[in-house]
Amino acid sequence: MRSSLISNRRLILLLTVLLTPAMQVLAESAYVTENSKAAVLERCVAPTDVMRRNHMDFLRHGRDDTVLRGVRGLEYSLAECIDCHASTDASGKAVSVADEGEFCQACHGYVAVSPACFQCHRTTPDSAAGRESLGYRFNANPRHPVGQPVDGETDHEQ
Amino acid sequence: MSNKSDSPSTDRRQFIGGTLAAAGALTLAPGVILHALAANDKATAGASGEHRWGMVIDTNKCADGCSACVDACNSEHALEGHDRPATDAVWIRPVKLKDKQTGHVNRLVMMCQHCEHPPCVDVCPTNASFKRVDGVVLVDRHRCIGCRYCMMACPYKARSFVHEALSDQSVNAPRGKGCVESCTLCVHRIDAGGMRTACQEACEKEGHAAILFGDLNDPESEISRVLKTHNSVQIRADLELNTGVRYLNL
Repeated sequence: MRSSLISNRRLILLLTVLLTPAMQVLAESAYVTENSKAAVLERCVAPTDVMRRNHMDFLRHGRDDTVLRGVRGLEYSLAECIDCHASTDASGKAVSVADEGEFCQACHGYVAVSPACFQCHRTTPDSAAGRESLGYRFNANPRHPVGQPVDGETDHEQ
Repeated sequence: MSNKSDSPSTDRRQFIGGTLAAAGALTLAPGVILHALAANDKATAGASGEHRWGMVIDTNKCADGCSACVDACNSEHALEGHDRPATDAVWIRPVKLKDKQTGHVNRLVMMCQHCEHPPCVDVCPTNASFKRVDGVVLVDRHRCIGCRYCMMACPYKARSFVHEALSDQSVNAPRGKGCVESCTLCVHRIDAGGMRTACQEACEKEGHAAILFGDLNDPESEISRVLKTHNSVQIRADLELNTGVRYLNL
């Protein structure tokens, strides 16, 4: 082994040097971004490893339910991802989750998978839109509360 | 087994069918579990075929020079123009109709008419253009390829195409470059249980109250009462699209 061009020790050193940037990216993406709501929360809507592996499937289910069938307020909502995971800069302004090093981009950039979400969806929390009008997290007199008919509309319920 | 009948034994089919169903259930199970996970008590039941949402626009009340509904629509859905009237997104627009013989001018607002038989849905090659069970005609931007056939097919010129990359869209209306879009009848409000669209709200605020939104299927709704007691018209009724938007005094 002594005669080999690269000794074991050197090989380890070389690998460390080569892998450090990659591991840094992984380490940085291992946790939520600082200065985001998510940073102080104990957990996401599902355990982190489940979210990591399945978030795209959760969102895909949700988008069809919402766009085609009008189901709002789903457990997995892209708008809520962004509400929680967008960090704020020094001046308190929200930073896009698709910016360099931010929540979505950090991993997606590393694995070179471009999320198509943000061609249409905004990348910062929407403070202008009324949460109530959106249908998620609302609790004021929903017309179709799950499982219970509204007065006067009983005959309209399935 | 009798040879008198030509019909083959159905036993084997039943067996195969049963096996397939079981296999299918097993295959589907992860998805079902995924769905069950997603279900929670804050989710709404979604669109219901019991309703058909529609609108009545009173052209007598639509005031000349007023653009309250257009502005409200633009802000509700974060529609921003580039000062290029030919290509800027317009979901609702005022139209003037002049009778050349008498000089009488009608003013009305034109938007997606939410047809029962929408031509835009007929022509869409990707099923992006679709009609919800409650009669709202929408574009699924996840499927839209931006071919603009629907814009050609629409007799009301109700649809717009997004030509430029967008940012800071409203959560109310995610929209982006390369997709066709039009009035959604404020579907985010409908889904949240709201009974007024942004344009109606603005019109009432201006004191005109020319726009009335409601459930065409509910005989007790105000819109149904108005339609029952007043003579209303569909624009281009000859096309037999059964529009969800109707006009009074036209």
